[in-house]
Amino acid sequence: MNPFAYERASDEKNALTLGTRTGAKYLGGGTNLVDLMRETIEHPVLLVDVSGLSCTIEDTNDGGLRIGAGVKNTAVAADPRVRERFPVLSEAILAGASAQIRNMATVGGNLLQRTRCGYFYDDAARCNKRAAGTGCDAIDGFNRMHAILGASDACVATHPSDMAVALAALDAVVSVEGSNGARDIPLVDFHVLPGDTPQTETVLEAGELITAVTLPPSIAGRSRYRKVRDRASYAFALVSVAAVLDVQDGLVKEVRLALGGVAHKPWRATAAEAALKGGPATEAAFLAAAQAELASAQGLRDNAFKIELAQRVIVDTLAKLTALQETR
Amino acid sequence: MHFVINGNEIELEFDPRTSLLDLLRERLHLFGVKKGCDQGACGACTVLVDGTRINSCLALAVQYQDREITTVEGLGAPGELHPLQAAFVEHDGFQCGYCTPGQICSAVGMARELQCGVPSYVSEDVAAEGFTLSHAELRERMSGNLCRCGAYNGIVDAILETFGAVETEPVKREVV
Repeated sequence: MNPFAYERASDEKNALTLGTRTGAKYLGGGTNLVDLMRETIEHPVLLVDVSGLSCTIEDTNDGGLRIGAGVKNTAVAADPRVRERFPVLSEAILAGASAQIRNMATVGGNLLQRTRCGYFYDDAARCNKRAAGTGCDAIDGFNRMHAILGASDACVATHPSDMAVALAALDAVVSVEGSNGARDIPLVDFHVLPGDTPQTETVLEAGELITAVTLPPSIAGRSRYRKVRDRASYAFALVSVAAVLDVQDGLVKEVRLALGGVAHKPWRATAAEAALKGGPATEAAFLAAAQAELASAQGLRDNAFKIELAQRVIVDTLAKLTALQETR
Repeated sequence: MHFVINGNEIELEFDPRTSLLDLLRERLHLFGVKKGCDQGACGACTVLVDGTRINSCLALAVQYQDREITTVEGLGAPGELHPLQAAFVEHDGFQCGYCTPGQICSAVGMARELQCGVPSYVSEDVAAEGFTLSHAELRERMSGNLCRCGAYNGIVDAILETFGAVETEPVKREVV
């Protein structure tokens, strides 16, 4: 780990001043950043500790919630308002990492965690994300965990967050502040696909700080976060699905669907949603919608199974939500 | 820099690169805290900070100034074992013992999370009033602590005996 200076930001203004210094990086819980520094993948010269800022969850005037960027993952998952109105968010957070890590990790840091691609971590391997222009050893390597949607010739890494998949389904908005002022970014536009510049993972500009994530009012219906992984707990997703479904009189009145473990960003399944909305809530319709979403999917040597798996998880999750709502 | 470690006020200076784990072991010689993977995967380094369990290997010590840190040495001692330590002995909750301090700190933190009403991924309904420690809940909630000897059955029995009756308290407290 390279030497660095440490400053605890007293408030957001102070954080922004410190955060624009050369080589500065914001520090939340450190659960990913400290590991990356130890592996010499990240080498900030100044850590600006923002974990003590924006640590509350507030009701918004329209019935939504504004979650401060410094709130710990466990505190979000355990908040009674989140559990009652946005249970899919609690479930997604609880599906990620371990209790110890969730107790440390912040909301802002969760969004900014980096891929767990083994070639990104291995400095003997080629990786365009770690060292731009060097190539990608994952494309022809061991790529069981890698992307099937939206990948490029430069990078097939996935985004590791569970929380962000639920946020994508819930139409969350990320609030950021920088030297040019504050702005709000829809969560689905916050992370970007790899293209030719996989080292760029979000639309954040240099020095910008995440201050909050806002959830609009919850919609009617049932929701569920379903995660499929190589062991029962404490593993990254092969495929995960965040679904919110409202069925009335056998028809899909409203549906929100997002996928994890399949792309460089939380993948909002807009094609599936369009196929489902207003149509029958049947397994055949769910399968057709899942197929529409995965139509552009491309498998690599070890991960082509994810294409079929994603479809099955979508269908099963929607079918179970439909059954739950019908028995209410 | 100032810390409260196992009830003792401590002042010391160190390089900001120092993890909480290395501070506890290398500077304060609290060897109950174990370095397993040093990357947050195994849980052997689990300690309690203001009663909340964390991985001390991923924690920069500088970030935990002025906090109350408890290691296994602060939970019990020879002749005055913590009830969970006694239960680990009773139920053979270890073979080599390397993961044990982390398992014990983690389970103490887990019991507090239950009291505070934190759900888990296997909870039937995350919006339920409270949660109790079923076998499935225990295994999910302890999944951040690995035991390479595979002493899990004894670990589960020891934790269930000690904390099986813990329930969510009616008055909500914040866990982190």
